[in-house]
Amino acid sequence: MNMTTLTTGFVPTLAQAGFPEVMSQVTLGHYLVVAAIMFVLGMIGFLTRRNLIIMFLCTELMFQAAGIALIAFGRYHLDFSGQTFVIFVLTVAAAEAAMALALIVLLYRRKESLNAEEWKDLQG
Amino acid sequence: MTHHLTMLETLTSLAVAAGEGHAGGAGAMREAPQWVLAIALLPFAAFLLNGVCAALKVRNQFPAWLTIGTLATSFGLTLYLFLNYFTGADRAPMHVHGFEWIHFQWGATEAQTFISNFAFYIDGLTCLWILFVTGLATLIALYSSEYMNHDVGLGYCRFFAAFSLFVFSMLVLVMADNLLLMFLGWEGVGLCSYLLIGYFYKKPAAVAAAKKAFIINRIGDLGLLMAIFSAYGIFGTVEYSKIFAMVAANADGAGNLLSVNTWAGIVLPLLLTAGAFGKSAQLFFYVWLPDAMEGPTPVSALIHAATMVTAGVFLIARLYPVYTIDPALTILTLVAWCGAITAFWAATIEMAIFDIKRVMGYSTISQLGFMFAGLGLLSPTGAAFHTFTHAFFKATLFLGVGAVMHGFGGQLDLRRLSGVAWMRGFGLVGIAMLIGSINLSGVPFTAGFFSKDMILAQGFTTPSTMIGGAQIVAWILLITAGMTAYYTFRTFFRVYTGPKEFNPGDDAELLDLGRHPKGTNLEQWHKEHGHGHGHGHGHDHSHDHGHAHDHGAGSVADRRLQTRIDFDPTTEEFDPHPPGWAMKAAILACMLCSILAAGLYFMKTAGPGAEHGGWVGSMIHPSSAHFASPEFGKTATHMGQPHEPAAFFGQDAHKLMYYVSAGVGLIGILIAAFLHGPKGWQGLFIGNRVIAEKSRADGLINLFGPITKVARNKWYVDEIYDAIIVKPLHVLSHIFHLIDQYIVDGIVNLCGAIPRWIGKALRPTQSGEIHGYAIGMAGGVAVLLVLVFVLTS
Repeated sequence: MNMTTLTTGFVPTLAQAGFPEVMSQVTLGHYLVVAAIMFVLGMIGFLTRRNLIIMFLCTELMFQAAGIALIAFGRYHLDFSGQTFVIFVLTVAAAEAAMALALIVLLYRRKESLNAEEWKDLQG
Repeated sequence: MTHHLTMLETLTSLAVAAGEGHAGGAGAMREAPQWVLAIALLPFAAFLLNGVCAALKVRNQFPAWLTIGTLATSFGLTLYLFLNYFTGADRAPMHVHGFEWIHFQWGATEAQTFISNFAFYIDGLTCLWILFVTGLATLIALYSSEYMNHDVGLGYCRFFAAFSLFVFSMLVLVMADNLLLMFLGWEGVGLCSYLLIGYFYKKPAAVAAAKKAFIINRIGDLGLLMAIFSAYGIFGTVEYSKIFAMVAANADGAGNLLSVNTWAGIVLPLLLTAGAFGKSAQLFFYVWLPDAMEGPTPVSALIHAATMVTAGVFLIARLYPVYTIDPALTILTLVAWCGAITAFWAATIEMAIFDIKRVMGYSTISQLGFMFAGLGLLSPTGAAFHTFTHAFFKATLFLGVGAVMHGFGGQLDLRRLSGVAWMRGFGLVGIAMLIGSINLSGVPFTAGFFSKDMILAQGFTTPSTMIGGAQIVAWILLITAGMTAYYTFRTFFRVYTGPKEFNPGDDAELLDLGRHPKGTNLEQWHKEHGHGHGHGHGHDHSHDHGHAHDHGAGSVADRRLQTRIDFDPTTEEFDPHPPGWAMKAAILACMLCSILAAGLYFMKTAGPGAEHGGWVGSMIHPSSAHFASPEFGKTATHMGQPHEPAAFFGQDAHKLMYYVSAGVGLIGILIAAFLHGPKGWQGLFIGNRVIAEKSRADGLINLFGPITKVARNKWYVDEIYDAIIVKPLHVLSHIFHLIDQYIVDGIVNLCGAIPRWIGKALRPTQSGEIHGYAIGMAGGVAVLLVLVFVLTS
């Protein structure tokens, strides 16, 4: 896929914007592949690990994967709302991280363990 | 009544002069002044005020005096109405409009309306009824003020509230100007009867009796309700005056001939008769009335002897025109026969039972039978006269029986009482019972004699071409009159004359059930109080005693001291408690009224019809009860004067019947004296009874054998009902119960079980392991993605 065919006249290409030449070879597909790999890693981590903190980190990984995908699409469509949105998401994610970690501390105090299995008696 | 009679004589000339002022002819309506409404509304106000008293927890006799005062005012107004409007020559019905009650209209024509106003239609018949209803209600309220003393407090307010409501309903029943308003009163008296029979609501027998009265009345009321529907269907109105006008014109609402209309001539009066028989305890409906004696005695006297049970007689008398639509008079014949059969049937039961209050109850049924026979034998005047005299003498008898109950701790068995009239304080009761008994027996020159005679004589003169078997009916009634004399004096001779002997009753405690301390074992409580302590109803302590139950179990000893009032302190023996002034005054007034009522037969008044039946004739003749439709008039020439005297053994029945019925009554009394009379003059020198328990009649029990037993058991009618109605219903209800339990409940339970099973199947998926959920979610998304991929490509 040739980048120049996708851009319109008055928006500068990556090369015109002063990016190194090698970067012009990186296409949307690459970004999406990275995002997908990150997402799958996060998901596998979430599904296989029992430690609450690790699981939480894995969810953050999936979150960021989604963020990368958003930025990539935003750039691809030359629309900055994608990047703006990710800034908001990051802010929310920070707040959420603070709360989630606080909850994990509380859960740990209850059971003296970070094992998620310990909480299976919360079943409905 | 006393007042009517004496005042009437002095005012006759005035009234005649006043009557001539009213020039309205027959058929015209007179407008009555608005204050006439107060006659019925005053007792209703008393009902509301008694309710307020109950809410304020009034603990004195105020409710009684409130009720007596209100009823006396109502009676005064009635008397004023009577003297001003029903003593002159103009006896046209009066109309007074209260307010618009029900008024539907669904079209322009008059046929497309339904009007039932709260308005009164007052003719001689109504006037007669309201005179004795308000008069007796006043006297009996006075009597109750003392009789119910043991219940001063909430029960007292409740009693007088129901009492006032009853009088209101009864007045609405008789004064209503349309069938629907009459039905309101009809149901009202039924309700009050229920409330007052069940007054001692902690006594199971009273509750059962109240229910029985209510349920059996419902059956009759269904008939009446259907009659009202039919009347509206036929006449297009429920207002009496319009119905009477249509019957007079022999045309229904649409102008068709009425006399060929089977529905109007047969079905409508038949349905009315069902209602009347239910309320008046005739035929197989009678079973509720004897049980209704569970209520306080003043209630039995007023509701179940004098007034409410005569509502059936009133209903037929009021709608007599409807009964005469049918030229063959089929339903009137039926009424005559049923009345006579009931009279006879009830008399056989009375001759066998020992409970003196129930004797009075059956006697009421029997006398009501006479009244219905009178109506059926084309003598509404006789029926009305008998209702009027019966109201007073039966009230006298009941009040006397009440005084005995009150004095002897509820003793009602005539084998356990003797010589009551000779006991200190009971002299007046004895005299009153004698007066009542001679009236009921038809001893010559008593009111009961003349009124009963009027029915009997009419029975022998009514041609059997009009009323089939009129003579047989009259013979049954004549025999019943003899039996009546016997059972009346059987009670009188055994209870009121002879050696002084008594056993205090033991259901006095039952009357006091309301005052048992809470949580006390009943048997235990009775033991502590000894047997026959009576009501403990001395006037001096009645107020304290009335709410003794508030003191709790700690005051048992106090209460025993109080109940000792019935015991002689020197001998520790039961001391009969004679009636006080209020009860005596009421008994005396009723007694005098029943004596003076005889004079009404001879009284000549200015009104039409007085030549036949005296004062009552002049009241009834111009009323709806004496109305004759054109078809009826053709066949019933004898209804107007003059008529040919019919023969009874070749003599004028009207004249001969005086002697025959007097003779029959005297024979009955002599038999009673021979079988039950005490030795000596008290037993007319032919009795030989020396103790309360035994009399000559006991020897006859073997002679009659099973008949006595069957009669004593009320001909097993209750048992028959039990077998053919109650038991099958029980079985049916069990079947329905099973259906409900297994089929209806089964379906409902199945509906509940299905979600439960599904839930049970799905429950393992909720393991609580977060990874399980996560895998499920991821897997679900994966499946969706695959699907999307497959479907879009």
